[in-house]
Amino acid sequence: MARTQAGSGPSLGPGAPPRDTQEPYGRGKVDERFAELEDPLHEIPDDAIVDAAAIFRESRVDEVLDEMDRDLIALQHVKGRIREIAALLLVDRLRRSIGLEASAPTLHMSFTGNPGTGKTTVAAKMGKILYKLGYVRKGHVVSVTRDDLVGQYVGHTAPKTREVLKKAMGGVLFIDEAYHIYRVDNERDYGQETVELLLQVMENERENIVVIMAGYKEQMGRFFADVPGLSSRIAHHIDFPDYSPDELMEIARLMAEQQRYRLSDEAERTFTDYLKLRVGQPQFANGRSIRNALDRARMRQAIRLYAGGRDGSRLTKKDLVTIEAEDVLKSRVFEGGFYQEQEPTDDEARTD
Amino acid sequence: MTTGVHITQGTFSYLPELDDDEIRAQIQYGIDNGWAVAIEYTDDPHPRNIYWDMWGMPMFDIEDAAAGLHEVNRCREAFSNHYIKVSLYNRKLTKQSIALQFLVNRPQHEPGFRLERQEGSNRAVQYTLTSYAADRPHGERYSSDGPDASR
Repeated sequence: MARTQAGSGPSLGPGAPPRDTQEPYGRGKVDERFAELEDPLHEIPDDAIVDAAAIFRESRVDEVLDEMDRDLIALQHVKGRIREIAALLLVDRLRRSIGLEASAPTLHMSFTGNPGTGKTTVAAKMGKILYKLGYVRKGHVVSVTRDDLVGQYVGHTAPKTREVLKKAMGGVLFIDEAYHIYRVDNERDYGQETVELLLQVMENERENIVVIMAGYKEQMGRFFADVPGLSSRIAHHIDFPDYSPDELMEIARLMAEQQRYRLSDEAERTFTDYLKLRVGQPQFANGRSIRNALDRARMRQAIRLYAGGRDGSRLTKKDLVTIEAEDVLKSRVFEGGFYQEQEPTDDEARTD
Repeated sequence: MTTGVHITQGTFSYLPELDDDEIRAQIQYGIDNGWAVAIEYTDDPHPRNIYWDMWGMPMFDIEDAAAGLHEVNRCREAFSNHYIKVSLYNRKLTKQSIALQFLVNRPQHEPGFRLERQEGSNRAVQYTLTSYAADRPHGERYSSDGPDASR
């Protein structure tokens, strides 16, 4: 960087002639045996051996998938899809190693499902997974909603959207509540412009950006119907099902563990009862409701310990990490729930 | 390209033209150093012309060079016959200057410069350079239907 000078004008000099070939942007090493071939599909013998084990090892794909299995309860369907994608990307890399070029697969996705089914969590993981698989170069996730994309006056939208898209390049653009972008009943809505730009970039910059759109199933369906060409540009439509009570319990256990808490056996049984009741009540939001329920149980545990500590009883580590049945039992859910009483109380006031 | 002057400037002026991969790598180097990426264009090739036009806003918060290249390509599309350069600005206190800067596009034909002599008092001669391209008004320089088109 020796000759860097701010603001200096062009210097006149003989200069070298411009290079006229532009090499395509490729990823991964090509096996030197096959590097020079013009038509690998026909020139490489069919029984040429590929060093698959080395590439599998190098990609650390098992590590990624194991982590996913550990951190995400249930969602078998979603995990299956991610496994498929991982396999495709690996095989793609194998093919490329012997010079069999193929265009990068489209990886735009749409996540649909009820509130709290893990759409945002999976999207955040997706950046990491795709990074480890070598599909994106940075693996950061830029999470946006309509406000970040659509402008407020003529000429404001395109630069705003483009700014966000550029920020997400090399990683994942996660559009939450994507159906809000476009309002079909208002034809002067600037969302239309955002959609057009999105479509264009999703098509032309496929190698540089992965767009994930998330939202509730019904609204997303309507959104895709209103915007022709969007649905077909999204290769993976993944539906997030509601969790069964057993799965919810498992989630509760995992969440408690992650926050360094433990549910006593009795508390677990009570929590199972709690779940059965809570699922049937309005405003149930799957994983998010579990998190809120746990948070409230923690508060009640804290109050219990506080009261006990003031009375002079000794606290042990076990007391600090254990949530007892009574912490769960005090929930309004056992009395019919907040929404039936129509009367705000301090409990359940932090609704899900 | 028959006659004319191949103008060079910036950090890699002594190298052959950078291809897209190399441009991408340089921009990434800048991003990794925390420098802002700006794209500028002009059709006035004079060496003392320091006021180039900005293509959009400088990019402060991009992570990947693909975004920079994306804008370079958009600028190339709009000003295919202009000089376009990428500037990487180091905003660190005590630096606050361009850290790296290189051309990414040039007109197809660069007619070069005329040396002008001005005779002053006592037969003192003052020299100055004028670009042939700059004879035409701003925006029409380097267009294919100009007087240079036949060359």
